[in-house]
Amino acid sequence: MPEDNNSVVIEDLVKRFGDFVAVDQINLEIRKGEVFGFLGPNGAGKSTTIRMLCGLLTPTSGRARVAGHDVGREPEAVRQNIGYMSQKFSLYNDLTVIENIRLFAGLYSVPANQLQARIEWALEMANLKGQENLMTGTLPGGWKQRLALGCAVLHRPPIIFLDEPTSGVDPISRRRFWDLIHHMAEEGVTVFVTTHYMEEAEYCNRLALIFRGKIVARGTPSELKRNSMEGELLLVECQPLGTAVEVLQTAPRVIDAAVFGNALHLVVRDAAAAVPEVTKYLSDRGIAVGRIEKIRPSLEDVFVSLTTARDAGKERTA
Amino acid sequence: MTDETQSVIVAQELTKGFRGILAVDHLSFEVRSGEIFGLVGPDGAGKTTTLRMLAGILPPDEGTASVSGFNVARDPEGAKHCLSYMPQRFGLYEDLTVDENIRFYADLFGAKKAERQERSAQLLRAAGMQEFRQRLAGKLSGGMKQKLGLVCALIHRPKVLLLDEPTTGVDPVSRRDFWRILYELISEGVAILASTAYLDEAERCHRVALLHQGKLLFSDTPANLKAKLGKGVLSITSSEPRRLRAQLEPADGISSLVLTGDGLHVVVDDAARRIPEFEAQLKHGHVPFDAIQQVAPTIEDLFVDAVTSGASPHA
Repeated sequence: MPEDNNSVVIEDLVKRFGDFVAVDQINLEIRKGEVFGFLGPNGAGKSTTIRMLCGLLTPTSGRARVAGHDVGREPEAVRQNIGYMSQKFSLYNDLTVIENIRLFAGLYSVPANQLQARIEWALEMANLKGQENLMTGTLPGGWKQRLALGCAVLHRPPIIFLDEPTSGVDPISRRRFWDLIHHMAEEGVTVFVTTHYMEEAEYCNRLALIFRGKIVARGTPSELKRNSMEGELLLVECQPLGTAVEVLQTAPRVIDAAVFGNALHLVVRDAAAAVPEVTKYLSDRGIAVGRIEKIRPSLEDVFVSLTTARDAGKERTA
Repeated sequence: MTDETQSVIVAQELTKGFRGILAVDHLSFEVRSGEIFGLVGPDGAGKTTTLRMLAGILPPDEGTASVSGFNVARDPEGAKHCLSYMPQRFGLYEDLTVDENIRFYADLFGAKKAERQERSAQLLRAAGMQEFRQRLAGKLSGGMKQKLGLVCALIHRPKVLLLDEPTTGVDPVSRRDFWRILYELISEGVAILASTAYLDEAERCHRVALLHQGKLLFSDTPANLKAKLGKGVLSITSSEPRRLRAQLEPADGISSLVLTGDGLHVVVDDAARRIPEFEAQLKHGHVPFDAIQQVAPTIEDLFVDAVTSGASPHA
């Protein structure tokens, strides 16, 4: 059975709301123990997909199996096999640490004979031993994050869904949190991450980008940076930036031009040829170019390129 | 001095405590006209408290805040005319349309009647929102709401714009639109102070101040800060990142090592020396890897380095 190694299998999954196709025939396989990132702009079909995977919404057609259970036919079994943690909704701030843990243990029906061991485990993992009676609202961000994670996996689900789990957390706590996630993945837990935050996407083994209901790119973070941009990225230092960005909108080889801090980011066809051409194009218009060089696109560049290229003609003008 | 006359926002030794904890601790910085200055740091670093003191909503315990030459504490009315403050939850009326919200704020801020129409059209165009003027604000996406908030905050042509985490929760495409509007404002000479918890967003600012627990870690242009790190940053991709980490963790010269989804992000003392050493070590351990690349440090690298090395904070 291929399902042995796949924790989530999505086949031709479709969700329609009236005439609107929110999710349009998507296919995905996520391996056991994989940290998988699911990205997409608002309204792209991301939340609809996740609601189907969590057994909260019935697919119109196609199918999805989560931990071996069909989301349409066995939503109850699916819900018992998943954990969910979100930055926005996770803990009750006016309950203490231990009260939150007990509450979630109850919600997730942790068996009574395992309860004490799981509570100990969660406190250990969140590094909150001896802090059981602190009010949750007073905890620093990084502690709260770990407590929320502990609560989400009290019932040992094989799959956990994380929604922007570390936004706003200081970088040191964030790194610690992702170490914890990778450690859980190593033990076989599948991690399904959604985020708008490209720093979080970098922690995923594999990513898929959904746009207008379809998967438009998939691969490891470095594969996406290498292969899925339309064109290559140039950094251009010149003055004045505002004028430069305007004239470059219609320059040859330039797909997109945008101000980025003290410089410009240009998406161009064939960077090697574009460097002298852009330099000349700007200097012909009285704009002196300082540094101009090809740079590695960030995941954010890839994301923006893939979700705007298909809008050509619309929304592209400044 | 020209430099001082250009500084439109001046924070001098600003300090504010809550229940004995210093939320903002002797913070000083200046923002010039036509500049986007980023107040960067995690939740709890003191960003919102600083913005509130500058907006005249919260009196500082110590220090002074001034905007366009007005001392915010002594002359709040004078300062208020020059600035616009957009809190994390900007008060849009969800049951009013986009146009009605703009009109409401134009009245509230006393925007000149003759200029309103043109200003509102210009801002809506920049925000890519012309088609949504009759839509109820409550029916807009998160990114659109943020852009509408910005349009409302700018309707009276403030000289100073204070933005508290304007792009939190906004998808990268809307975030980019948002920044494009900010860059357009620079040519009007507006001074912009924007806070963000996204360290990578700091790269979009002309200058940044990194805050940690109410204190300034450092302040400069992103390029200068990176040049000052004095360490090399390596990116190593591998199909087996965990093995990669196990192999390199004990190596010499590493000050920080982060496991990412498909490799490692490593900060080392001397990149030129460590790259061949690491290559040899990985080959010896039979760990599959792509080429080891030296990459530019991220703002996160700088932040972590400053916090963990315990280097004394400096401006």
